[in-house]
This record gives sequence, structure tokens and C-alpha cells, in this order.
Amino acid sequence: MRRSVIPGFGLSLGITLFYLGAIVLLPLCALILKASDVGLAQLWDILSSPRTLSAIRVTVTMALAATAFNAIYGLLLAWVLARYQFPGKRILDALVDVPFALPTAVAGLALTALFSKKGWFGAPLDALGIQVAYAPLGIAIAMAFTSIPFVVRTVQPVIEDLGSDVEEAGRSLGANDLQILWRVIFPAIFPAFLAGCSLSFARSLGEFGAVIFIAGNQPMKTEIVALLTYIRLEEYNYQAAAAIAVVMLAMAFAMLIVTNAVQAWNLRYLGRGDV
Amino acid sequence: MSHPTSERAHTEWMVTPVGAGPVTRRVVLGIVAILTLLFLIAPLALIFSSALSQGIGTFFNSLTEPGTQHAILLTVTTALIAVPINIVFGLAAAWTVTKFVFPGRTLLISLIELPYSISPIVAGVAYIFVYGSQGLFGPLIEAMGIKVMFALPAIVLASMFVTAPFVARELIPLMQVQGTDEEEAAVTLGASGFATFMRVTLPNVRWAVLYGAILCNARVMGEFGAVSVVSGNIRGQTTTLPLQIELLYQDYNVAGAFAAATVLTAVALLTIVIKVALERISPDHAQAPARPPGH
Repeated sequence: MRRSVIPGFGLSLGITLFYLGAIVLLPLCALILKASDVGLAQLWDILSSPRTLSAIRVTVTMALAATAFNAIYGLLLAWVLARYQFPGKRILDALVDVPFALPTAVAGLALTALFSKKGWFGAPLDALGIQVAYAPLGIAIAMAFTSIPFVVRTVQPVIEDLGSDVEEAGRSLGANDLQILWRVIFPAIFPAFLAGCSLSFARSLGEFGAVIFIAGNQPMKTEIVALLTYIRLEEYNYQAAAAIAVVMLAMAFAMLIVTNAVQAWNLRYLGRGDV
Repeated sequence: MSHPTSERAHTEWMVTPVGAGPVTRRVVLGIVAILTLLFLIAPLALIFSSALSQGIGTFFNSLTEPGTQHAILLTVTTALIAVPINIVFGLAAAWTVTKFVFPGRTLLISLIELPYSISPIVAGVAYIFVYGSQGLFGPLIEAMGIKVMFALPAIVLASMFVTAPFVARELIPLMQVQGTDEEEAAVTLGASGFATFMRVTLPNVRWAVLYGAILCNARVMGEFGAVSVVSGNIRGQTTTLPLQIELLYQDYNVAGAFAAATVLTAVALLTIVIKVALERISPDHAQAPARPPGH
């Protein structure tokens, strides 16, 4: 450590390490320890069981669908907030924070009521033969709702920082709007866009509260991985709970590595754009 | 601290910017308005209209029902314990990584942010393997007669896990920008470490602390997954407000569930209002590098 005249390094580092150690690392180590007690053969049995595989498939597919929706809606929101002046803009900006501020159980309750057969959206959709609540589509909607701010808040500042010079250069070279959008603007915001999408996807994989209200939670059909972990725990099947939780942890770490790589790329891009 | 946004926003455009044509603008704004109405506004409107659908009397009766009253009390108690501890941790963590250079600093920052990436369910399950009867310390603390699991301590611990980065994340970018000059000056002039912290550092970051604390509070009060696992969901004992919503909903008491949800929705909306107000008071803070808060 470089010598510093400021005191308090030992104390503040001590508090930080104690909190992180006792609150975050201890439980994670206990979980990994528990999972490592499970023999390899048994681990394989737990993870390759049809119910686990189905839960993983449902979770990943619906998280992808949610992320695809958020990619489009989030990009549009970010664009509108960064580039247009219009009445109610501040309110729209504040509304983007609602999914983060609203407890997931409340979001789940509200979305379920909206999309149930008698709900505001559920009734007309039911007439069209589309079922959302208690169906896989409901899972995707709950995931999309809880993770939409990730895309908006990652992309919005990058669009705000785009200079007019590059667009003007493109224009003076004879490019039309679509060409500028595709060849100039989109490449500049792409790293941030990708980072936002991967954050949204990672969050969707781990979402629990909002999903279990709307999903119907039928094994093999609308059961997500997080719920299966919970159910195994309630059945006192600790080994299976530990094994599935470790798989979720591994997925989270994988997404963390992907997101960090994309964000490092994003920062390099930003660094080049700013003087 | 100047920010490119504010300057660029005033840049004179020599040509019409992409998307600024009257037709494109209207179409894009229209699509966003419709999607926002359906996706973000409708759920909020539904919560309030469902809670009040059976009259204001039923609404207040639902809120004063003993189970819900107990849940509100438990939720507030949890927040009153977890949030102050989180503020102390956030200040200590930010002070450590921004005022000093030491090996492992980057790793420490990653560790502080780690809980963002972990599903609350995983956090809850992990706690079972520490303090549960099958856990590392479970038998030991049981022998000592201390109850952690399926009681208030576990609810607080799980809440502290999921909100660990909340205050620190707001402080680190800000204190990074502020540097160490002022503290070095104070210490050189003879101030004690504590006086330097209280009179130099803290006033510089007070709005960011408040900002982090209200976001942390909203998250603690609304946490569902992790608390659901570690609380055991014991009716009337360990049901926090979000768990009470689920319980009422499973009991087909939809009006009661929505009344309880209204309380948490009010907390959420108040949090957003304070957030917007703080961003106006302290624009510097709002300009800290954008990093979307995890949930």
C-alpha cells in the first residue's frame, strides 16, 4: 500500500471485510461446501432429471423472450428520453424507475390481475385465444417488467453523449437517415445496448417474486429454476436444493463475466468518444 | 464537474438530427407512449383501483387487520436495523476503496458489487446452509439457544446480503471524483481522522448517502425471494409485508392483498420522488457514471 497521510485504513478495511465476509462470502461458501458434499453421480441425477431440465429450459427461454422485448422497448425508451423534448418527459423518466422501486411481489400481483382471464388485458386476450397468466408467456412478461430499466439506463447516457458532429459528417457525405442510424449511431451505442441486454437477461434468470405469482407454477410446464430450488428446500431435499442453487450461482457468474467483458468494451468505446 | 451531456444538449445542430423529422418523431413517441401505458402505468393504476374497488372502508379494514399490521411492523423493524448497518458498511467500503491505493482494491470493488448478480433465492438457500439445522453453524447456535433461522435475525441478514452494494455503489464513483486533496489538507492541518471524516468527507457525500439509503430501504422493505426462504413464512410471525401479500392472495383475499400492496407501492413511488428531488439538489451525484441499480 502506498503511504497515505489519511488515517483510518485499518478500521474501514476491517469493517468492509467483516461485512462482506460474514454477510456475503460465508453463506456462498456454505452453499458451495454443501453442494460439493453431493457426489458427482448424484449431482448428475439431480441436474439431468426431467423436472430440472424442464425448469432450466423454461427459465432460459422466457428470459430470452423477455430480453428480446426489452431490447426493443428499452432502446425506444432510451432514444425518446435522450433525443426528444416533449411534455411529460420527466414523468416518463421517473416511470422507468418503477420496476426497480416496486417490490417484485407487488409487480407479480398486479401483472397477474392484469392478465388473468377477467383482467383488463386478460379478457380481450382470452377472446383471441391467447393465455398469458398461468402460462409461459406470463413468465416472460414478469421477467421483462422487472428488468426493463437495465436496458434503458445503460443505453440512455450513451445516446445523450453522441455528438452532433458524426451525424453531420455522415449527412454531408450524403447519407440518409437510415444509413446514419445503421452505420453511425447504432455502432456507437451497440456495446452499451449489449451490456444492458445482458444485465436484463441475467436478472431475468434469477427473478423469483414477480414470476411465481403469474406463472401458475406447474411442474414441467411453467416452473422456473428459482422456484424448483425453493420447492426442493421445502421438501427437506437439501442436496437437490444445494445442487440447483449452485447451478444458478454458476449461471450468475457466467453472466457476470459476459457483462463485465461487454462493459469493458463499452467503456473503451465511451473513452474514445469523449475528450 | 462538467458533464458532456449538458454541453452537447445545447450544441447547435447544423442539420436535422436523425429521428427529428415530424413523422418519425410522432411515430416513435406514439409507440413508446402506448407501450408505457400498457406496461408501466397500467400495473400501477390497477393496484390502486383494485385496493379501492370495494370501498375505502374495506381498504382501511384490510390494512388494520392484525396479520397485515404485524407484517408492516416486522418490515419496518427489519429496515430500521438493516439500513443503518448498510450505511456504515457503505461509508467504510467507499472510504477504503477511494481514499487508499492497495493491492486487491479492484477485487474488493467486485466483491462489494457481487450480491447484485446473485438471485435472492440463491442467497436465501445459502443462508439455510449456514444457520439452518443442517448448516455450518446451525447446531452450534442451536445449542447456545440463539434462534437465527425462521426469525428476525435471518430476515435482517438476508436483507443485508441483497442490499450490500446499495450505499457503497452511490458513494464510490462520487468519492473517486472528489479525490483525497481535502482530506489530506485537513489531516496535515492537524485534524484527527474522525474529525476529517465528519467535517470534510461526510458533508461532501451527504446527498449520495441519503440517496443510497432510500434505495436500500425500498429494497429491504420489498425483498421477497431471499426473505421468503429464510423466514420460513410463519403466519403472523415472520411474514414481512411482501410475504403477507402472497399469503393473502393465496387465501383468495384479493382486496387485502392489494391493500397491503398499496402500502409498498406508496413506498416505491415516494422513493422515486425523493430520488428525482435529490438528483436536482445534487446534480453532481446524478452524473456519477451510469450503472443501473440491480434488484
